[in-house]
Amino acid sequence: MTGSSVVTRPSRLVRAIPPLLVFSAIVGVVYAVSYLVLTPRTRFQLPPPHEVVRVAILDPDNARPLFTALGLSAQVALTGLAIAILIGVTLAVVMSQAGWAELSLFPYVVILQCIPVLALVPLIALWLDYGFNARVTVCVLISLFPIVANTLFGLQSADRGQHDLFTLNGANRWTRLVKLQLPAALPAMFAGLRIAAGLAVIGAVVGDFFFRQGQPGIGILIDVYRARLQGEQMFAAVILASLLGVAVFLAFGALNQRVVGRWHDGGRPETT
Amino acid sequence: MSVIAPRVRITTDSRALSFAGVSKTFPDGTVAIGNVDLDVTAGDFVTVVGPSGCGKSTLLRIASGLTAATTGTVDVPAQRIGYVFQDATLLPWRTVRRNVELLGELHGVKRAEREEAAQQAIDLVGLNGFERHLPKALSGGMRMRVSLARSLSLDPDLFLFDEPFGALDEITRERLNDELLRLFVDRRFAALFITHSVSEAVYLSTRVIVMSGRPGRVVADHVVPFAYPRVPELRFTPEFAALCGTISGALREGHS
Repeated sequence: MTGSSVVTRPSRLVRAIPPLLVFSAIVGVVYAVSYLVLTPRTRFQLPPPHEVVRVAILDPDNARPLFTALGLSAQVALTGLAIAILIGVTLAVVMSQAGWAELSLFPYVVILQCIPVLALVPLIALWLDYGFNARVTVCVLISLFPIVANTLFGLQSADRGQHDLFTLNGANRWTRLVKLQLPAALPAMFAGLRIAAGLAVIGAVVGDFFFRQGQPGIGILIDVYRARLQGEQMFAAVILASLLGVAVFLAFGALNQRVVGRWHDGGRPETT
Repeated sequence: MSVIAPRVRITTDSRALSFAGVSKTFPDGTVAIGNVDLDVTAGDFVTVVGPSGCGKSTLLRIASGLTAATTGTVDVPAQRIGYVFQDATLLPWRTVRRNVELLGELHGVKRAEREEAAQQAIDLVGLNGFERHLPKALSGGMRMRVSLARSLSLDPDLFLFDEPFGALDEITRERLNDELLRLFVDRRFAALFITHSVSEAVYLSTRVIVMSGRPGRVVADHVVPFAYPRVPELRFTPEFAALCGTISGALREGHS
């Protein structure tokens, strides 16, 4: 809190200015490096932004495979995320309901987080072909932990007084779960979902590097462009993959705001 | 105006709560309360004062069934028990109205019926107009009123209060004391009230019980002779001050 209690919040437009300035600065640096540091022969290492847009996005022959791959990767990431949410929330609910369930399951959830998922990829490939299922599995494995851990934390966040209130009024396990624990868990659950969403996109891109069969995802394209030294297209693919992650993150942020923003402050100091 | 008048005893023998030789020892060996006898009848407003950690709250937890007594008999003939906690314990995602409706929901009261009961309770604590507010938009005193309304919605015949106004500023506390007394005069439920404040105890109660430090035992039991309805000026009468002095003395003795 600052000394003065009346701080007028700057408008949306004003608040958009600093990040835009940073963006222009970055673009400026890219141009400078591209034209001043690199020679025409090495310019593919950091092509100027307008060339990236012209070659990769504005040329339909190049853009079509790029967006098809992006769509496929998005599908893989979102399917994986949906399955991870289903499994993760279920696991967390089971663990929240009985001490022995938490005791026996939680170590494995932690181990799952500690295993480098990339080390498992060859195994997944052996068991599940090299296509869509394998890629989705990578996304599930990589995004499961933050969902389980945060949901469990959230389910246990209702305070003792609230639990006493439910006990005194004869609430059964189900009522307590639905009317107390799950709503109380929502803010933490969304925090986990946002982390998981970013991880799922990473999973989809990384999975591509290993699974070369079926339609190419954005990860495969990145690798192909790299091999062919097609700098403009490679940068476009990298930026699009990043934007996919950002989009999923923002979508969950907006959903969070809609569902719990009304009653939950999200830890921000109150503005009066 | 004569402030002191013999209390009108309500002639019902409907006991709401009865403790005989109740003690509580926690698993770690601490004796929270030792050998407490206590009867609370409809129309009784019994307040327990005592030093922190003397097991006052344990008394309420035993009365409500949240904790089992180690020895002694606990008899709670009251059908409906209202429990008002130290914190308001509201559900932050529910509006005032939906918070007040919660207990009806948990007890399977039909929708129309529980909405009506909730509205009545909200009106009783003076929160009409705030039905659609969320707890975070309310002050501490208003949250406590919501908590009170929530308990009232079940029309309890035994009310357990665990230092409900302890965290509020003095003015808010005194206003809520007056509103609570208005409800008590109106409904004549049985109340067991825990507090740190001797003057709050004397102002509210028909009886004040003083507990000693751990293990908590009843060391004094005073009938408060002032008639209801009580007015804030009562606090400034010599008789009020004298009784507060006596009880404070007993409290100090029990503490040492």
